[in-house]
Amino acid sequence: MKPILCIDFGSTYTKVVGIDVDEPRILGRTQSFTTVKEDINIGLEKAIEKLATMTGISEWPVRYACSSAAGGLKMIAIGLVPQLTMEAAKRAALSAGAKILKTYSYELNESELEEIAKLKPDILLFTGGIDGGNQKVVLHNAHQLTKLTIRCPLVYAGNKAIRDQVKTILSEHDWKVHVADNVMPVLNELKIDSARALIRDIFLEHIVVAKGLSKVQSTIDNILMPTPSAVLLAAELLAYGHIGGKGIGELLIVDVGGATTDVHSVAEGHPTQSNVLMKGLSDLKIKRTVEGDLGARYSLPSLVEVVGIEGIAATIPTSVEVVHQILKDLEAHPESFVSEPGLLKTLDDVAAEIAVKESVTRHAGTLEVHYTPFGTIYQQTGKDLSHVHHVIGTGGPLIYHHNIRSALRAAQYDPKNPFSLKPTAPHYYLDKQYILAAMGLLSIHYPKQALTLMKEAIIEV
Amino acid sequence: MSHTIVLGVIGADVHAVGNKILHYAYTQAGFFVVNLGVMVSQEEFVQAAIESEAKAIVVSSLYGHGEIDCRGLREKCIEAGLENIKLYAGGNLVVGKTPFKEVEEKFIAMGFDRVYPPGTDPKTSVDDINKDLASL
Repeated sequence: MKPILCIDFGSTYTKVVGIDVDEPRILGRTQSFTTVKEDINIGLEKAIEKLATMTGISEWPVRYACSSAAGGLKMIAIGLVPQLTMEAAKRAALSAGAKILKTYSYELNESELEEIAKLKPDILLFTGGIDGGNQKVVLHNAHQLTKLTIRCPLVYAGNKAIRDQVKTILSEHDWKVHVADNVMPVLNELKIDSARALIRDIFLEHIVVAKGLSKVQSTIDNILMPTPSAVLLAAELLAYGHIGGKGIGELLIVDVGGATTDVHSVAEGHPTQSNVLMKGLSDLKIKRTVEGDLGARYSLPSLVEVVGIEGIAATIPTSVEVVHQILKDLEAHPESFVSEPGLLKTLDDVAAEIAVKESVTRHAGTLEVHYTPFGTIYQQTGKDLSHVHHVIGTGGPLIYHHNIRSALRAAQYDPKNPFSLKPTAPHYYLDKQYILAAMGLLSIHYPKQALTLMKEAIIEV
Repeated sequence: MSHTIVLGVIGADVHAVGNKILHYAYTQAGFFVVNLGVMVSQEEFVQAAIESEAKAIVVSSLYGHGEIDCRGLREKCIEAGLENIKLYAGGNLVVGKTPFKEVEEKFIAMGFDRVYPPGTDPKTSVDDINKDLASL
């Protein structure tokens, strides 16, 4: 037996999964509260103790970890045009596993500078201009950033023509500038690999230390990446497989949480119908989006706004007054569960369904119809996911959902909204043990075992 | 110095051949061409010009709806801070047999700097662009 421990330092819970890579099998999974303020090891040790009771193993010589504790990897992205380089910067940061605090476009003004200082990002991603393109606004922003009252690692991934100038301007004012390739070297073309790799390096070198997570560095081999990056790795492996095993094919993962909903798609997303032209920014094969207003607990008020309180009451079904009361109770005690007797569905269930539906709709591409002298032409923006056959749900609100199939069906194509390119006839799966992040970590050295374990543990519903 | 120009076929027009020819001709002429292809909206022209710091936008239209599609482009450019950008249009810009002189006047009034009838040699516009941008 070769035991390996995968640790996920979450904002609330430290989750540990014990794995025997020889067989391979999952030995056990436990969790304990994250203790980032005192010493992050306290929570970790508690979780390991629980795991020892469950498995009889207390020695874990090999340990891998990812983290979203202490607010995760908080980033601010600056671009030029909102639909172009700002969007490219946003996607680069998201795919590096970051939590985006805010994005900025065009010339930065004084109040925006104040706002950035208040938001205290861990990393600032600064872009603008295609290669050989705009210099004026980007240089203006570089000068503006010298006035900022805070300093943090800064990644410049904009117009390469002024790369050295930008670096000089900022370095002279105590900025630590890391230079990556332009996130949009050619119009509408995303190129984020270099920026993403750099963000990850900075995360390992600076952020882990800055957040007081480095105390664990002595006890574990390394905090390797932000948790969302681990999930993306797992998603890619599960979809495409590797030399030792075949993947299941293109897939979509919906992770509903208390505050946000993450959607990951691993799919080409090319048009699947005829007469379709692609429009706008090219999309990433492995794409992550995060919806900050869709969550089953802390973001419940904004989630309710999306469909309206009447819509929620009608789905449960109950009266608007009852929903108001439940919302009030939950605001006071967000850690409690809703158990209103006599109702067909709980508010938690309905919230999870809405989160799935909305987040996947926003993640998926859309079609626009044009009636031209040559007949009907469609323009596609984003990814066509209609042929994606696997939809995987994870996260507390889905794992504890009373009718998981109905919740995940919200991710499916809706004839009432025919221009949203969601999966038409997918199979539904549940990551019941919440192991995706652990499998992403395991996949770095043991991809074959991680793939086998995921295929076993992620069950069709 | 090579000039950056934004090129595209406006509106719901999918005529791609002329666009490819112009892209080739302009690249050969030494321009840095940001080609948006077919079915390009006014907003996309403006956004591309900002991001690429282009000095000129060249709009083609072959399907007869050019006038409707091009209306307001100059105003959008001014709004976006591109007051000095040169605007060129060419192709089958209106339906029917309107004399080209009238079409030209209409487009100049809409804020375009130069207008070209169908069948214009790309070299004509290359020379014009070089001349117009030399002073900028």
